[in-house]
Amino acid sequence: MAENIPMLALSPTMEEGVIVKWVKNEGDAVAQGDVLCEVETDKATMEYESPADGVLLKILAQEGSSVPVGKEIATIGEAGEKAEGAAKTAEPEHEKEEKAVEKPAEAEKKPQEPAKAEKPPEKAEPEPEPPAEQTQKPRLPEEAPPQQKMTKPAAEGKFVATPLARRLADERGVDLSTVQGSGPDGRITRDDVKAAVSKTSPQAATAAAQGTLEDKTIEITPKRKVIADTLSGSKFSAPHFYLKVTAGVENLMAARARLNKSLNAHVSVNAFLIKFVAETLRRHPMVNATWKEDAIEQHAAIDIALAVSQPDGLIAPVVRDCGAKGILQIDTELKALVDKTRKGALTRADYADSTFTVSSLGTYGIEEFTAIINPPGSAILAVGEFMKICVADENEQICAKLCAKLTLSCDHRLIDGAIGANFLRDLKQMIEYPIEPLY
Amino acid sequence: MPVIAYRDALNQAIDEEMARDDRVFLIGEEVALYNGAYKVSRGLHDKYGDRRVIDTPISEEGFTGIGIGAAMAGLRPIVEWMTFNFSIQALDQVINNAAKMRYMSGGQFSVPIVFRGPNGPAEWLSSQHSQALDAIYSHVPGLKVISAATPYDAKGLLKSAIRDDNPVVMMEAELLYGAKGDVPTDEYLIPLGKADIKRPGREVTLITFGKVVHMVLAAAEALAQDGIDAEVIDLRSLRPLDEAAIVASVAKTSRCIVIDEGWPIASVGAYVAWLVSHRCFDRLDAQVELVTSEDIPMPYNHQLELAAQPSVDKILAAVEKVLYL
Repeated sequence: MAENIPMLALSPTMEEGVIVKWVKNEGDAVAQGDVLCEVETDKATMEYESPADGVLLKILAQEGSSVPVGKEIATIGEAGEKAEGAAKTAEPEHEKEEKAVEKPAEAEKKPQEPAKAEKPPEKAEPEPEPPAEQTQKPRLPEEAPPQQKMTKPAAEGKFVATPLARRLADERGVDLSTVQGSGPDGRITRDDVKAAVSKTSPQAATAAAQGTLEDKTIEITPKRKVIADTLSGSKFSAPHFYLKVTAGVENLMAARARLNKSLNAHVSVNAFLIKFVAETLRRHPMVNATWKEDAIEQHAAIDIALAVSQPDGLIAPVVRDCGAKGILQIDTELKALVDKTRKGALTRADYADSTFTVSSLGTYGIEEFTAIINPPGSAILAVGEFMKICVADENEQICAKLCAKLTLSCDHRLIDGAIGANFLRDLKQMIEYPIEPLY
Repeated sequence: MPVIAYRDALNQAIDEEMARDDRVFLIGEEVALYNGAYKVSRGLHDKYGDRRVIDTPISEEGFTGIGIGAAMAGLRPIVEWMTFNFSIQALDQVINNAAKMRYMSGGQFSVPIVFRGPNGPAEWLSSQHSQALDAIYSHVPGLKVISAATPYDAKGLLKSAIRDDNPVVMMEAELLYGAKGDVPTDEYLIPLGKADIKRPGREVTLITFGKVVHMVLAAAEALAQDGIDAEVIDLRSLRPLDEAAIVASVAKTSRCIVIDEGWPIASVGAYVAWLVSHRCFDRLDAQVELVTSEDIPMPYNHQLELAAQPSVDKILAAVEKVLYL
């Protein structure tokens, strides 16, 4: 029987998706699990897999169109069947979904339910240990909570959910058939149920709508915890000192302009900076090293991290072996990494074990700043805004010159003042005369 | 607190118990004049003499049986097997005599004995001498089975094992004998049957025991770098199992991986994984994963040998599965 298939929530926060491309055409046979189309969500472009075997009878949402979660995007049925009949058969499903969405409004009228809906999700954690007798004593049928009936049994094959997700859904009155699973084969997990609960919580909705300040406790995300632990670990164990120079960047910008023009490309300033840093590090191996308590480890590879700001916290993807790469290759890899960062797709291999870090706040209009060393590296370069400042030229005439203020934070356990100073002097030289790396 | 090697922690345990109770004696191959194949019994023969530190011929079934008979007659023997691979020779004595005697005699005889030695793979010892036989002993009712990962645990557990009135099999590891750790000077005992949380965490439970505890802790550190907070439970006692500790942890984390350096089929790890799926069913947010050695005889080639065993990478891959990463 022909059935309309809806746009699914392919990420927990997705509310609508853009059909980027149809992989299957009308009339194509499809098997369950085949990729039907590519959907761009709020996070990334994901593949939409067919929920059923059959034939793609009709495409209802064209490429480029944005479709809210729950709205039909295509009709799947048997060969020779007409797509038109599907609208009717799919309607009950659709109505059911709308009902589920309306639930919070209904809940407000009833005295019992709001309390449950308002319960913040984190309250349920940590969950109490199940009593030991649970396994020894078979549960009597009348002990089963009456809510259990609200959840469809898995035998109907409508959804797959983890045991914990089923239990949470029972406790919070979530109809699992309305929840989109994010696990393998659409398995509904704890986080999916929690997301469904917070989505329908009327409290959350009003707070967001008003946009006012309120007292609240924000649960620390794992990422925030890592940032906190890493940076406090660095700042509290590595004795930092700071060196500052002002480097003229006119030659760098001119070289970049020439390169961009000849290649008709847009090579980033960061790629230049990373290359210059790498070349300077090669001449100052102690700055490309790690303090190991009983030894100092110097690194053959120059792996430079670039701090990238993200809404959920800072992360520093690493361009590997920069000493052996040219500016263009660094730029290509950097762009891929930044793109991956924005998509939230970085893996540990992309950001772990840098030997040096570059952080730039120039685009925020920050003139200069000091950064905290990103371990296991032992130094970090903070780059300020490229700005024109007044200087005296060789004829003692005041002139405006494009400059950047560079601040190097060093770990004094292995980098003495003179070592850091030599490094920074050479880096300034390298930036001001970009031909230096070729010598 | 003094930092001492695992072998010396075992030595202290035996020494202290021999001094405390003159029914305790040590028997095995090379334990006396040679001070032990792995130097666990260093100095004990000099101190306690021929009657209490006894060298035997290469005859596991024989000297294991002598130990069991001595235990039935009222002594408290410690039988050292040079490795658990050789203990296979003595399996009949352990399974049919030591483990059954109290039951078969209607409680007339107890067998207060400790069987101990290195178990599991070391390096370049090929298939016959690299076996982790935890599952074979843990299978048998009537035995207690313990596995110590640290010098502290080794001493505290061995002292309790010597004082226990039941046969206790203690699994050590060749590669752990040199491992150092804090061991207090004051006397302490670790009760049999109690697991230890080697690293507290909130997001995933890693259950393991023996030598691989250290590998699992390294994996947990790598996970922490990724912002994943893993709890590491060292079972320490394989029989009886500390079910309460296992259940409490998985109820908290909803995710569980069991790491066992033995083979996968009918292993201790497989049993623990079942136990978790049974006791924690509606707390689980993912399938329970099992990381073990591969289901093959141990290869001699070192790369293959390493590939055949659990590794940090294998553990991290399992974590990715249960966290849906």
